[in-house]
Amino acid sequence: MTPVIGLGHFLTVAAILFTIGVFGIFLNRKNIIVILMSVELILLAVNINFVAFSNHLGDLVGQVFALLILTVAAAEAAIGLAILVIFFRNRGSIAVDDVNMMKG
Amino acid sequence: MTSEFAGFASLAPAYPEMLLAVGALALLMIGVFVRFEASRLVTILAVGLLAVAGAMILISSEGTIFSGGFINDGFARFMKTLIIAGSVFALILTFSTAADKGLNKFEYPVLVILATLGMMMMVSANDLMSLYVGLELQSLSLYVVAAFRRDSGKATEAGLKYFVLGALSSGMLLYGASLVYGFTGHTQLDRIAEAVALGERNVGVIFGLVFLLAGIAFKISAVPFHMWTPDVYEGAPTPVTAFFASAPKVAAIALLIRVVFDAFEPIARDWQQVVIFLSIASMVLASFAAIGQNNLKRLLAYSSIGHVGFALVGLSAGSLTGVEGVAIYMAVYLTMTVGTFACVLALKNENGYVQTIEDLAGLSRNRPFVAGMLAMFMFSLVGLPPLAGFFAKWYVFLAAVEAQLFVLAVIGMLASAVSAFYYLRVIKVMYFDEPTQGYAVPAIELRVVIALTGFLVLSYYFTVGAPLAEYAHNAAGSLF
Repeated sequence: MTPVIGLGHFLTVAAILFTIGVFGIFLNRKNIIVILMSVELILLAVNINFVAFSNHLGDLVGQVFALLILTVAAAEAAIGLAILVIFFRNRGSIAVDDVNMMKG
Repeated sequence: MTSEFAGFASLAPAYPEMLLAVGALALLMIGVFVRFEASRLVTILAVGLLAVAGAMILISSEGTIFSGGFINDGFARFMKTLIIAGSVFALILTFSTAADKGLNKFEYPVLVILATLGMMMMVSANDLMSLYVGLELQSLSLYVVAAFRRDSGKATEAGLKYFVLGALSSGMLLYGASLVYGFTGHTQLDRIAEAVALGERNVGVIFGLVFLLAGIAFKISAVPFHMWTPDVYEGAPTPVTAFFASAPKVAAIALLIRVVFDAFEPIARDWQQVVIFLSIASMVLASFAAIGQNNLKRLLAYSSIGHVGFALVGLSAGSLTGVEGVAIYMAVYLTMTVGTFACVLALKNENGYVQTIEDLAGLSRNRPFVAGMLAMFMFSLVGLPPLAGFFAKWYVFLAAVEAQLFVLAVIGMLASAVSAFYYLRVIKVMYFDEPTQGYAVPAIELRVVIALTGFLVLSYYFTVGAPLAEYAHNAAGSLF
């Protein structure tokens, strides 16, 4: 019997990716670029969820949603990198530990 | 191929949004082609554009368009009016302060309009997709606005922190949306409600709901998702902080109300627990954390966290009175916040703007009008009668008591009493400490804003109170 890859497998992969993304944001102490990559990972996990559900339900709305997320994610990455560039100009560093002018 | 599009007239409920979208692009062109004082001209035109959009909202027709993705009802109109008011005041506060704060570029008012457009989309969203797009339009504009002062280390750090945590919260919200879609099969809010009501308790839907609420809690800065707020409020230029504290808060609270009542009404018990927890945590933590603050903007950040907690008290009730209370609370909160920030912006001398609470020492002798108004806003933020803040709190606590949430109401009262300490400290410093520095006469439009908001807060019971309550009652009624 050949193993079948079903909805559960896709959801598990997406959940793992999502968790890695969240942990990447909070545990990472080195580089802000890694945080941007973690954000992308979270959004990709969501996309896998949407496409898997869309296929499972036989409903196209989930795939439309995934396309919208892809578009917005691109805009988000552009703005994130732009903010990072001006941050680097002011501080000369993009280490997470250097984001510390304000504490609370 | 058939099309549902039935002509331009069928889009009438979205006319104000369309005006803002086209207007923002037109202002961008004006800003590029006008050489002389473009930022001032565009700011004035932006205020006019927002005012026209606000008038259109008041007369806009109600209905659901875009295949159920966009809804304009009484609730949306109420909240959109507040949002427009918040944005207009935020722009007016930049008239005289833009040059000092590095906001004198024409992109700033355009970004404010785009953020406002996103907020109006959020309030009118009737589908998880339009909700997400509206939320992102607002968030992306606000990230840029927070870091608008490119040469300032603090402002860019504020923008970066806001971006990272905002992106994380969008991710959580989306993950929740994907689970809700998967387990109900719909993205439209009313269809989700139908599916939730039909099926038995489903862990997947509950999971999705919790993620959705966590994502929105970030946007309204409710504890435990509040950690970005003090840093962003302190780092961003003060007129931007005034904007952050007013309109986006209203929009995010409206979004929360829309989602929990339109999509998850059948499982009210489940989300009520989450909202009660957010509410208690916000009120208590903000009251105690604000005591140690010395920076005025950080203090106001914790104050806004606490006020979100009080607004959520009304939502916890899950009733019509509760939503009505939240609507009134947001209107009053908006007025008090705009007034307080106008006072903060009005205090400027050769050393720059007021930063810490000590800088306010002896203000009553130097600037009696501003000091008196700021003292009154502080009393109103505490919630002392007969000021507006008292009635706002009264409505939300009334709803909580009606819903038998006595513990929540008592904790709220106690948190309110604790918060009196730090508000009164500001008044004590202004009235009883020796003056250390003088301040220049504030610009005319700042005095007008202070006087107007001060008048509304002071005379709330006699003037706007009754019509506002009726308007809020009708708005809340459209959700039930």
